[in-house]
Amino acid sequence: MEDLLEVKNLSFFYGADQALKDVTLPIRKNSITSLIGPSGCGKTTLLRCFNRMHDLYPKNRYAGEILMAGRNILSDGVDVLKLRNAMGMVFQKPTPFPMSVFDNVAYGLRLKSVRNMSALREKVEKALRQAAVWDEVKDRLHRNAAGLSGGQQQRLVIARTLAVEPKVILFDESTSALDPISAKKIEELMAELKKEVTIVAVTHNMQQAARISDYTALMYLGSLVEFDETGVIFTKPKHKMTEDYVTGRFG
Amino acid sequence: MDHLKSRKLKNLVAMTLATLCAAAGLALLFVILYDVLVEGLGALKLRLFTQDPAPPNLADAGGLRGAFLGQGLLTLVAAAVGVPAGVMGGTFLAEYGRNSRICRLISALSDMAVSIPSIVIGAFAYAVLVKPMGGFNGWAGAAALAIIILPIILRTTEEMLNIVPWELREAAFALGAPQHKVIIGIVWRSAKSGLFTGALLAIARVAGETAPLLFTSFNSNFFKLNLSEAVPSITVSIYQYAASPYESWTEMAWAAAFVVTVFVLLLNLVGRAALKFKKVG
Repeated sequence: MEDLLEVKNLSFFYGADQALKDVTLPIRKNSITSLIGPSGCGKTTLLRCFNRMHDLYPKNRYAGEILMAGRNILSDGVDVLKLRNAMGMVFQKPTPFPMSVFDNVAYGLRLKSVRNMSALREKVEKALRQAAVWDEVKDRLHRNAAGLSGGQQQRLVIARTLAVEPKVILFDESTSALDPISAKKIEELMAELKKEVTIVAVTHNMQQAARISDYTALMYLGSLVEFDETGVIFTKPKHKMTEDYVTGRFG
Repeated sequence: MDHLKSRKLKNLVAMTLATLCAAAGLALLFVILYDVLVEGLGALKLRLFTQDPAPPNLADAGGLRGAFLGQGLLTLVAAAVGVPAGVMGGTFLAEYGRNSRICRLISALSDMAVSIPSIVIGAFAYAVLVKPMGGFNGWAGAAALAIIILPIILRTTEEMLNIVPWELREAAFALGAPQHKVIIGIVWRSAKSGLFTGALLAIARVAGETAPLLFTSFNSNFFKLNLSEAVPSITVSIYQYAASPYESWTEMAWAAAFVVTVFVLLLNLVGRAALKFKKVG
């Protein structure tokens, strides 16, 4: 499978603290890559490099490269706002904006200056259908999104991300705050979505990584321990540490 | 068992003392309200709002219509300057300068500014805006009120914006929104009922002020709303009428005090109600 992104010798620093050490791995197009590892191993830090969320805070520094179509997205010349349009992100807790369901999904489109109402309506419906939440919200598009359940809110957020047609969606433990049924719906949705987008997901839940992902990367203390197809990682890993971690003997 | 008994006894003593203190405070408040209500309501007449001041002890004549309007105008001008400036300043503290040393200093200084006696601010406005301009003027009065409003709004804005969760901002940034759009479209929007309440409470705080106006816009008996001259003020009128020996004036002071009290009370209630309806809608 083709590589959409190539992380090459990536290091990351929060001030003087190095949080990522020389990480190199490919992100394959139209696949789900899970980042696993114990708390503080740097998986969320790595995820937030892809959309340069770290740029929001002072004293953060990248070293190394993340290549997309041959271009380093970490270089200074990159338009971060455009980059974030291509790299959607879904957080741990649902983050509906304080506005109607419709306006939530239209938010990113309006940022891109889509003003035509019929075009907006069409794209909002398409995104909500893609996120498998259309049937539940179609009668309440103009009510406040805060009234939806947690699982519905999370799918709404996914719809909001999908509406701007990103190349990649980054999931940061996006099912861990949801009940099992809602979490299962999100997992099914992710499997469906990889036909159109590439997914990178941070998860604490190893069963989930094994269930949903095509590739898995195990991280420890800021370094990449092992990256391979998920089946290999969970059945015949090359490193002893990986075997210990996925079997629950360490972590 | 004895141990348990002594704990229960201590609890009873502490609770009784706390309740008594609360009751004493509330009782005083109600005595004041009762006084204002009884004296004020009895003296309240329509001419208070429709007539200009009359000489003392003139039967059935005289009102303070100019003073109500003048006070309203001063408060309005003060709010028009102080509220936007405070909201912008608080936004800077919460969004752009979060955790920087200078912002923490500004926050601390604002907290201090909130507790400066308002008469000191009046004296300051007198030195800067009355003396150089050669006389009492409405601009100085409005400026004094705006100076009182500013730090209150600044701090409430900062606090209201600080309780908006960070993830919400990050979610908007993650969609490619620039910072000013995140602030206006997401952060202000999330905090809007809190900002509204803060503004109303700050306005309520200055609407009944007398001290900062005594040295600045002072008072006027003429129905004239020119901010470059002394401006009629209801609170200063109350102060003057209440201290006068004439019965018709002290009665009018009660009536005016009643109106101001009810207005400030209503403003407070509306402000607090707005905060309650936060989650709905």
